[in-house]
Amino acid sequence: MEKSNEIMSLVSELQWEVGEDFHDKLVEGIYSDASRIAQKAVLKEDGKKHFNIDAAIDKVVTSRVFGFPIMLLLLATVLWVTITGANYPSAMLNNLLIGMGYPFLKEMAVTISLPWWLTGFLVDGIYLAMAWVIAVMLPPMAIFFPLFTLLEDFGYLPRVAFNLDRIFSKAGAHGKQALTMTMGFGCNAAGVVATRIIDSPRERLIAIITNNFALCNGRWPTQILIGTIFIGALVPPYLSGLVSAASVVGIALLGILFTFIISWMLSNTVLKGAVSTFTLELPPYRPPRFWKTVYTSLIDRTFIVLWRAIIFAAPAGAVIWLVSNIYIGDNSIAANLIQFFDGFGFLIGLNGVILLAYILAIPANEIVIPTILMLTAMVYGGTGVGAGEGVMFEFDSQMATADLLHAGGWTLLTGLNLMIFSLLHNPCSTTIYTIYKETKSAKWTTVASLLPLVVGIMVTFIIAQVWRIFMG
Amino acid sequence: MATEANCDGCAFNNAANLKKLGVNVSNVNFVVALAGNPNTGKSTVFNALTGLKQHTGNWPGKTIARMEGGFSYNDKRYKLVDLPGTYSLLSTSEDEEIARNFILFGNPDVTVVVVDATRLERNLNLVLQILEITKRVVVCLNLLDEAKRHHIKVDERVLARELGVPVVGTSARFNKGIDALIKVVHDVATGEIICKPHVLKSISGNIRHAVNRLTSEIEKHFEGITNSRWLAIRLLEGDQSLIEALGDNRIADMVDNQNRVMEKIAV
Repeated sequence: MEKSNEIMSLVSELQWEVGEDFHDKLVEGIYSDASRIAQKAVLKEDGKKHFNIDAAIDKVVTSRVFGFPIMLLLLATVLWVTITGANYPSAMLNNLLIGMGYPFLKEMAVTISLPWWLTGFLVDGIYLAMAWVIAVMLPPMAIFFPLFTLLEDFGYLPRVAFNLDRIFSKAGAHGKQALTMTMGFGCNAAGVVATRIIDSPRERLIAIITNNFALCNGRWPTQILIGTIFIGALVPPYLSGLVSAASVVGIALLGILFTFIISWMLSNTVLKGAVSTFTLELPPYRPPRFWKTVYTSLIDRTFIVLWRAIIFAAPAGAVIWLVSNIYIGDNSIAANLIQFFDGFGFLIGLNGVILLAYILAIPANEIVIPTILMLTAMVYGGTGVGAGEGVMFEFDSQMATADLLHAGGWTLLTGLNLMIFSLLHNPCSTTIYTIYKETKSAKWTTVASLLPLVVGIMVTFIIAQVWRIFMG
Repeated sequence: MATEANCDGCAFNNAANLKKLGVNVSNVNFVVALAGNPNTGKSTVFNALTGLKQHTGNWPGKTIARMEGGFSYNDKRYKLVDLPGTYSLLSTSEDEEIARNFILFGNPDVTVVVVDATRLERNLNLVLQILEITKRVVVCLNLLDEAKRHHIKVDERVLARELGVPVVGTSARFNKGIDALIKVVHDVATGEIICKPHVLKSISGNIRHAVNRLTSEIEKHFEGITNSRWLAIRLLEGDQSLIEALGDNRIADMVDNQNRVMEKIAV
């Protein structure tokens, strides 16, 4: 106590001596020393005016005229390369894991005379679900993520933020939300953590609540697959790649649009307040080290996401097999549940299978498509269906998937609404948990979880009604 | 350039004594903090030293929380802490606080300030502030490849003389200069290099006098305190939290903590 009193009295005495502008003088001192040292240490350039490539690029990619078209073009190109490039490896993996691996395991089980229920549980349930996840998701991810990471390392993301900044501030949100949103395109949980760069609690909450509108890792493959099967199939084959890519770009843009709308609504109702200004530094363009970037993005993103999907797919596969093989009355549990959800599903242009799949897939969005396919195969049978015990496998990648879904009564409306519902529904459990950790508030976690779901049900409902009036 | 390439592969080279320990940071002899402005390549330097593959992104603000990793060099084990990038230590945002508190109270043995060679002046502001907190600083003059692309040359010797601390030029993305950096960090940690940091020149006499007087007063009362000068500055600025800490004796606790950490390292 005594010590601190002595020091404090000296502090007050000296504070009087140095004056009130001590802080400013100190900062001034630091700045002028820095400037002096820099002048001494930086050798004079040769005086010629060098062409500044960074500024030249920035002039184009952040211009009012070209900024947005270039953004769309880049995104569409990345998706187009992904869609066309993933086709062949996808079919190959399918052949290997499901066409060859599945019968092989079945035969093995017979040879070592496993009881039928154990074979069913292990091979038809767990193995098939994992094989599906790998076959459906690995190829698009292995192409999409490295391309996206290359753009990030090159320095393009802050330019996207720069372009979107004006719109965000019009929506009453922080400009840095553009950055956290672009992180959300990779993973919403990461996007939510990244909102720490936003200082104002109000604007940070807006960024957290709306992050789920950025299409994430787990959902890109769903979009790409459904876009290819339902939208790409509407046009002649030579155009289908482009049209599929365009449909996925459309969904991503819809997500951005909802980000703006919801941010605007929040900042004008429950989260009112001033927009804070900030300086966004445009980092220099750095030519990425190609192979290193590809390697780290494969390790960091592709395999981590794939691994997560596999971990969640294995138990989900087991659950799917169980619910479709345990009977209550004449029907399996799954069939009962699907019947139960069918009514509501129809209202919003989806079906019971999709809704059940979304409930089973709350832990990870990645397994929605495999779950849908397994459930559809089980309930509706049809082409390419396996042993008829609630499992399916396909011989030829996308064609068979399409046939199966059509057999399940899917229409263009189902496909379109699935794409929209995949964009607009509750975040995965990891993201929900992250939101809770970041906000420490059960209230805002609930809002962030349910708001997208409510929006999704509303939008798909409206589309379904309008569609049925005009097309039905 | 040819000689450099040959040196990199030579067994007598410093880098040959480097073991990347990844996330294994047990039983360390020294703690090294990595500070610097945003987007100067701290995470790249971090990866080059620890062998970790922490994703690096080309946008300011990528590292939000601090990240730890380890390496060992010449039988000494080091813990490396990657801090969020900051432009200054004098304001109050959350990421700055993480960086500032670690340098102040995490008691790093060496603080490596990663500096963008193409934006030297702005980066030096932070270096000078860090020099007010701690003496054991190594300046890592990074992004030399980019500087070359922009026809900018920095005289490392002049810079080192002006700052009074070692300066090592690197292009971390291409693993250039990392071996020299390790050697210098080792020398500063073990005390083979003693830094005589720059003293602010562009401040008036009465400010310097006031800071000096308060610094020695603090040192008199709290023996073994390492960042007395910074405390003095913050107190003169009227930092409310520090004044409260002084009031309920938390400063004394901090000093005790520091001393304990020092003892542990000595053991």
